[in-house]
Amino acid sequence: MRSVQALAVAVLAVLTISDVSRAAEPKSGGIFRIYHRDSPGSASIHEGATYSLNVPFMPIFSNLVIFDQHIAQNSASTIRPELAESWAWSGDNRTLTFKLRKDVKWHDGKPFTAADVKCTFDMLMGKSQQKFRQNPRKSWYDQVDEVTTNGDYEASFKLKRPQPALLSLLASGYSPVYPCHVSPAEMRTKPIGTGPFKFVEFKANESIKLTKNPDYFKKGLPYLDGIEFTIIPNRSTAILGFVSGKFDMTFPTEVSIPLLKDVKSQDPKAVCVVEPNNVSTNIIINSSAPPFDNLDIRRALALALDRKAFIQIMFEGQGDIGGTMEPAPDGLWAMPKDMLEQIPGYGPDIEKNREEARKLMQKAGYGPDKHLQIKVSTRNIAVYRDPAIILIDQIKSIYIDAELDVVDTAQWFPKIARKDYSLGLNLTGNAVDEPDQSFYENYACGSERNYTNYCNKDIEKLFDQQSEETDLDKRKKLVWEIDKKLQEDVARPIIFHARTGTCWKPYVKNVTVMSNSSYNGYRYEDVWLDK
Amino acid sequence: MFAYIVRRLFLMLVTLFGISVIIFVLLRVVPGNIVDILFDAAGFVDPADKANLERELGLSQPIVVQYLHWIGGLLRGDLGYSYVSEKPALEEILPRIPITARLAGLALLFSASIGIPLGVISAVHQGSKLDYALRVVSLSGLSLPSFWLGLLILMASVSLFGTMPIFNPNPKTWLEALTIYAVPAMAVGFRSAALTMRITRSSMLEILRQDYIRTARAKGASEASVNYHHALKNAVLPVITVIGIEAAFLIGGLIVTETVFNIPGIARFLVEALRWRDYPIVQNLVMFIAVVVVVVNFVVDMLYAAIDPRIRFGD
Repeated sequence: MRSVQALAVAVLAVLTISDVSRAAEPKSGGIFRIYHRDSPGSASIHEGATYSLNVPFMPIFSNLVIFDQHIAQNSASTIRPELAESWAWSGDNRTLTFKLRKDVKWHDGKPFTAADVKCTFDMLMGKSQQKFRQNPRKSWYDQVDEVTTNGDYEASFKLKRPQPALLSLLASGYSPVYPCHVSPAEMRTKPIGTGPFKFVEFKANESIKLTKNPDYFKKGLPYLDGIEFTIIPNRSTAILGFVSGKFDMTFPTEVSIPLLKDVKSQDPKAVCVVEPNNVSTNIIINSSAPPFDNLDIRRALALALDRKAFIQIMFEGQGDIGGTMEPAPDGLWAMPKDMLEQIPGYGPDIEKNREEARKLMQKAGYGPDKHLQIKVSTRNIAVYRDPAIILIDQIKSIYIDAELDVVDTAQWFPKIARKDYSLGLNLTGNAVDEPDQSFYENYACGSERNYTNYCNKDIEKLFDQQSEETDLDKRKKLVWEIDKKLQEDVARPIIFHARTGTCWKPYVKNVTVMSNSSYNGYRYEDVWLDK
Repeated sequence: MFAYIVRRLFLMLVTLFGISVIIFVLLRVVPGNIVDILFDAAGFVDPADKANLERELGLSQPIVVQYLHWIGGLLRGDLGYSYVSEKPALEEILPRIPITARLAGLALLFSASIGIPLGVISAVHQGSKLDYALRVVSLSGLSLPSFWLGLLILMASVSLFGTMPIFNPNPKTWLEALTIYAVPAMAVGFRSAALTMRITRSSMLEILRQDYIRTARAKGASEASVNYHHALKNAVLPVITVIGIEAAFLIGGLIVTETVFNIPGIARFLVEALRWRDYPIVQNLVMFIAVVVVVVNFVVDMLYAAIDPRIRFGD
């Protein structure tokens, strides 16, 4: 009897192992169905600044290099070759040379060469005759002097000064290589790439369809026959669609924490992950006009924030407190906790902070009998409105009575540019967890996205110093120092860093959600469906 | 009659011209344009790039020139290009019209086929439990917003059947095809059915108290004959008016229904185009809707004469 039992156990064990091994063996075929949260304005990744574009169109393209699609935390050590076979820095760290693959074809059959690399980056730097309608990441390449080619399969980026961050910027989902022979206008409507999937159609407000590229340069990939994005702006309908099996995956990082609970209760088998997305919710202050031209009032404002309350109310505790850079452990450049807590307003004793804030307000002439009346401006979108309301409630404790001023999307940036606001609630997304991207874009004097026109030449020198630093540990310390100063200067007080959810059906394999960017993880070349 | 029709046709043209001016001006009065929205996605506004793009799209021209350009194109059948998709506006609008037409048609059919019989039953059984029950149903129809009803239907179908009737451009079976239109049509038509029912009921009650109904009964006509042959025929005139108005009103209801059921019709497309300030799409779609409303009103007026021989236009 015992031997029969042993035999049965052994047979079961073998069956189980073979099942597992079979399940682990990727299967080709199937259409990957994802709902999309909105209709992107075009199909051209280089001309947009929203991941609504990256998610559906990143699978069409290839970069020179790309962050490993299966390591959630993007970093310099997870950068992998894609159109490049290899790369090398020159001895003076001023030239980055890429050896390119020779077996790559564009989706229309034309060969990919180094000229395409030069075309793409010349256009991004504004040096070519053909122009993008919009070029939101031109500043990424400010330190690139020129892109040169050596034959058809070698391209070099010559820099004005060393910038180790360049490689990380090139590894972002925002840095695909475009074909020279296709105009920017065509790329907005019918993009041609070298990636694992070919563009089929984009019906505005309806769907985006991609099909397998049989000539993809990575042999055997992709596994999927295609990807279909159904555009469903109504969140309830979209989630119900996922639960009912109409979709294999939700739109990445778009499921809020309360909704995630609903999904899990209605579809317990769904695989759901919650990750930080490197988007900070922050306050923009018009310091060029009263009352916030007064540093005391700005400091009082920073001291009044109860960041934990924001996170508790909005994310049921699943959010992070930090400075400009994404908090650890997912963020690579976050200040250590003890350093963070030394910054005014970050200390754990909220009442003590607010008492100090009230003293600053009284010094500025306000008090229990004389409240400061302001408006808190923000976009008419829930993720903006909700924290703005909490902010208004919190600053009541320091004699500030604020009224919510919701601004139509079309008017938000023109209003900010006109300085027609005193306090605004804003969201800042970072495409790469990289100080160069964050500091220059949001805090450098004269930068287009430096909405508050914060300008501190001393800090700017530190920006350059960290940017040139090739020693990682030294660079980190410089970044911490800069981040601390930015918070102390109340340049753009960071309230919290959000975490959001993504869910997929258990038969979807090989999906990895990035934990320090929402823009880089959508190549989907080795995603497969186990059904 | 002929003079009346000519007069009505002339008024239709004047109305459409007025609408074209109003929509054109209103769109430009609303703050922000497509260029602002495109730059919103970029996170900043570059004045030089913005000016270039406005020039490229013709937005920097004087408003009168822009209007004449649009109307001239419209008369030639050239609707221009969508600012967002950069495709011809006609190519964007045309495939969506049959989708909304089917949905609206089914909703109206549902409204009339449910509202009129229930209204008659309610009137005939005035004061009975059935009457009260039907009045509660009609009140709930008027009170429930169609988007909420739509969401309830979706949630119920997911929890009861494990699936949901959202739009699929290529339905596999006729049943699926019917479901993807019929369910949203019911959601949007429920309010309309409730209104139709209430109008039918009150109109029927008024007619049933007329002398000729009493005479018909005295002559021994059956209840069915009295109710449906004598009363309903005369009570239906205001109902037709209401259905005509509802046909126009339906577009408003369809916006939310198309959003909830993810139907790529013209109502949802119009809202999205407005969000993007996609002028060529919004202007042409509003004109299309205006034409439909004006024509429906015209047809309703013509139906009056056909149904009630006492009405003779232009006499």
